[in-house]
Amino acid sequence: MSRAQIERAHGVHGEGPLYVAAAKVYPQKVHGTFRRLKWGLLLLCLGIYYFLPFVRWDRGPNEPPQAVLADLAHSRFYFFFVELWPQEVYYFTGLLILASLGLFLSNALFGRVWCGYFCPQTVWTDLFMTVERWIEGDRRDRIKLDAAPWDANKIAKRAAKHGMWLLIAWWTGGAWVLYFADAPTLVGDLATFHASFVAYVWIGILTATTYYLAGHMREQVCLYMCPWPRIQAALTDVDALNVAYRSDRGEPRMSLKDASKTRAAGQPAGDCIDCYQCVAVCPTGVDIRQGSQLGCIQCGLCIDACDAVMAKVRRPTRLISYDTEENMKRRQRGEAPVYRLARSRTILYVVVMTIVGSLMVYKLTTRQHMGLSVLHVRAPMYTTSGQDAVRNGYALRFSNKWSDTRQFAIDISGVKDALAKSEQADALPDGRLKVSVDPDATQEIEFYVTAPRSSATEAGVPIIMRATDLKSGETVSASDHFFGP
Amino acid sequence: MATLGPNQLDSITGQTTTAHEWDGICELNTPLPRWWLWTFYASILFAVVYWVLYPAWPLATTFSHGVLGFSSRGQVAEDLQAIHAQRAQTEAGLEKASVTEIVADKKLLGLALAHGKAAFAEDCAPCHGSGGQGGKGYRNLTNEDWLWGGALDDIQTTITHGIRADYDKDTRSSAMPAFGRDGILKPEEIHQVASYVRTLSKLAPEPGVDVDAGKKIFADNCAVCHGDDGKGNLAMGSANLTDGLQLYGGDFKDLIQTIMFARNSTMPAWGTRLDPVTIKALAVFVHSLGTGQ
Repeated sequence: MSRAQIERAHGVHGEGPLYVAAAKVYPQKVHGTFRRLKWGLLLLCLGIYYFLPFVRWDRGPNEPPQAVLADLAHSRFYFFFVELWPQEVYYFTGLLILASLGLFLSNALFGRVWCGYFCPQTVWTDLFMTVERWIEGDRRDRIKLDAAPWDANKIAKRAAKHGMWLLIAWWTGGAWVLYFADAPTLVGDLATFHASFVAYVWIGILTATTYYLAGHMREQVCLYMCPWPRIQAALTDVDALNVAYRSDRGEPRMSLKDASKTRAAGQPAGDCIDCYQCVAVCPTGVDIRQGSQLGCIQCGLCIDACDAVMAKVRRPTRLISYDTEENMKRRQRGEAPVYRLARSRTILYVVVMTIVGSLMVYKLTTRQHMGLSVLHVRAPMYTTSGQDAVRNGYALRFSNKWSDTRQFAIDISGVKDALAKSEQADALPDGRLKVSVDPDATQEIEFYVTAPRSSATEAGVPIIMRATDLKSGETVSASDHFFGP
Repeated sequence: MATLGPNQLDSITGQTTTAHEWDGICELNTPLPRWWLWTFYASILFAVVYWVLYPAWPLATTFSHGVLGFSSRGQVAEDLQAIHAQRAQTEAGLEKASVTEIVADKKLLGLALAHGKAAFAEDCAPCHGSGGQGGKGYRNLTNEDWLWGGALDDIQTTITHGIRADYDKDTRSSAMPAFGRDGILKPEEIHQVASYVRTLSKLAPEPGVDVDAGKKIFADNCAVCHGDDGKGNLAMGSANLTDGLQLYGGDFKDLIQTIMFARNSTMPAWGTRLDPVTIKALAVFVHSLGTGQ
C-alpha cells in the first residue's frame, strides 16, 4: 500500500490531539463533618508551619535558643531537646523509614488520608481555593467570571486574588527560611533588607512554587507529578477504608421523580439522584461514582455534599462514605459488613515501626555526650628513636556535645611502659594528659606514644585510649595498634 | 475488532483512539495536558538563555564565553579569595606571634598545625614523605637525628634559608669533602674508616677490615667536623654518627659511597617562595612531628 492509501484508510489527518488544555476545576463550597475536620487540620498544619520557628528552647549560653533549627553553617540540627551532629544523620534515615511505614500503615487502614488531609499540596491548595472563593465567589460565579469580558470588575477581582495568593506564597517562603537561622533576628534582617542573598533567593523560589503549585497547578500535581497515587494504588487492598460510592445502594441512579415512580411500580431504584453535587465539590474534579481512581485524593468532601442531598431527599446518609471493597461485596451478598483493622499487613507495619522507633529512642537516650576517635599516623607507621625506643603517632579527635567547655583526661593502656606526649595537651598533677574542648565542638590533637622496643611488635599490639570528662566522669574509649620493627 | 475511524470512541474505555491499528489492536489517544508542552518549551527557552549567559558552545579555537563572564576557574579564585579574607583574622594572630609564642598558646598552636599540615602536604611531602617519614637522602623528620638543630628557631631558619641553597646568602652551608674522588684517602683507608663508623652506632664492623686503623683515620680526617666522639655538630650540620640513624644509610656499602663521593644534598630556601606565616606554621608542624627540641 502506498502512503496515501494508508492515510486514507486510517485517517491520519483526523487524529486526535496530542495535547489538550487541562479541564479547569471549579470546586463548590461545602459544609459538613469532613469539611470541619479539614478546616481544623488546615489550621493546625499551617499554624505549625508558620509559627514553629518562633518557639524558643533554652540550651544554655553557647547554643541557639530556637526549638527547631537546621543550622547549616555550623552543621547542627536542633529539635527541642534533641541536637544532631552530621555524623548522626542516620536518625533522619530512621525518621524517613518511620514516615514511609506510617504512610503505608495509614493507607492500609484509611486509604489516602495523607493526600486528603495532610499533604502540603492539599493544604495550600485548600487555602488558595478559600481565598479564591472569598474574592470571586462560589463555583457558578467563578465560571461566569472566567467567561466574562475583561472589565474593571474582573480586573479588580483577579488582581485581588493573585495579590493575596502571592502574599500567602511569600509568607510561606519567608517561613521556610526561618527554619535555617534565628527566626526573630532573620525577620528583622529581612524587613531591613540586611538578610543574606541566599535567604531572598529561597524566599523567591518558595514563593514561586507555592504560587504556581497551589494557585495554578493544583490537581495536576496529584495527577501528573506525584508518585504516591501510583504506589498507593499498588499497595491498597480490599480491606482498606476508602472514600467510596456505595454502588450497591446507589444504582440504578435516576432522578428523584423517576425514582419515586419506579419504586411505586415495585421496581428497584437506587438512592443516587444523579445531582452531580459530589462532582461539583470535588477539588480534583473526579466523579467518585466511577470508583477508586488516581485523581481521588479521598478528602471526603463528596461525603459531606452527598449527605446534605440525602438529608434533603429523606434517604439515609452516607451513600458516599468511608467503606471497604470487601464490605460492598458483602452487602450485595446480604452479609453484614466487617471491619478488619488488624490484618497481617497492618500488624507487620506496626511491628516494624515499633522496632525502628524503639531502636531510635534507645540510641537517642543512651548516646554519649562525648566522643573519641583515633586514627593511626601511617607515614611512617612507627619511628625508631634512639637505640631502644619506638614511637607511634595518632590523631585523636575528641567531641564535646555539652554546652560548656570540658576538660578530658587521657589514659592509655595495653602497651607496656608506654609514655604519651602531645604538644596540644597539658599535664595533670597525676601525670595524665588533659585536653580542653570547646562547647559543642570537636578538637583534634596529634598524639605520640613512645615505648621500649620490647613492648612493640611488627603486627601491632592493641592500645586503648580512654578519655574521661573531669566534670561528669563520663568516659569513652577507642582502640588502635602500636607497631614496632 | 473492526478498525476505528478517526476520533471514534473505543467501546470499552470511551476514549478516542489514535486510529493506529496493529493486528486489530487500536492505540488509545490519551493527550497530555498542555502545560506539559509548555514546560518543554520553557526548558528550551532556559537552554537558550543559558547559552547567552554562560560559556556553552565550543568554537574553532575558543568557545562562547557568555555575557556573565562566568568561569569555574574564576569561581575557584573567588572562593580562595573568600577563604583568605575569612582567615585574615586568625592569620593576623600567627603573623604577630613568634614560633615559641605560637606553641605556648593552644589556640594559635591548633591554627598553626592545621595550616602547617596543609602546607607540608603541598611543599614538603614530595621529598620528606606525607608523614615526614623521609627516605634515603631525605631527612626523616619524625626522629631526633637533627642535622641543623631541632629547636623551633632552628627549624624556622632551616626552612626559611634552605640548605646549600646558593641563592640565599644566609643558607645553611657546609661541605663534606669527597675523600675518595678527590684522592684524600685511599680505597683501603675508606673501608677502614667506614668500618669504624659502623662501630660508633654499635653496629658490627666489616669482617677482615682493620677497625683500629679506621679509628686513627677518623681522628685525623673526620673528627674535625663530626667530633672526636662522632656525635656531630649542629652548627655545621655534620651528622651524629652514633645514633644508628644515617641519612644516606648505615650499611657498609652506603657508608663507603658517602665517604668516597660525599653527598651534600640541598633543600630550597622557602623564604623566597612562601609567606612568613606559612613558614612559621611549617616550623611548628615539623617541630610537632614529635622529636623537636
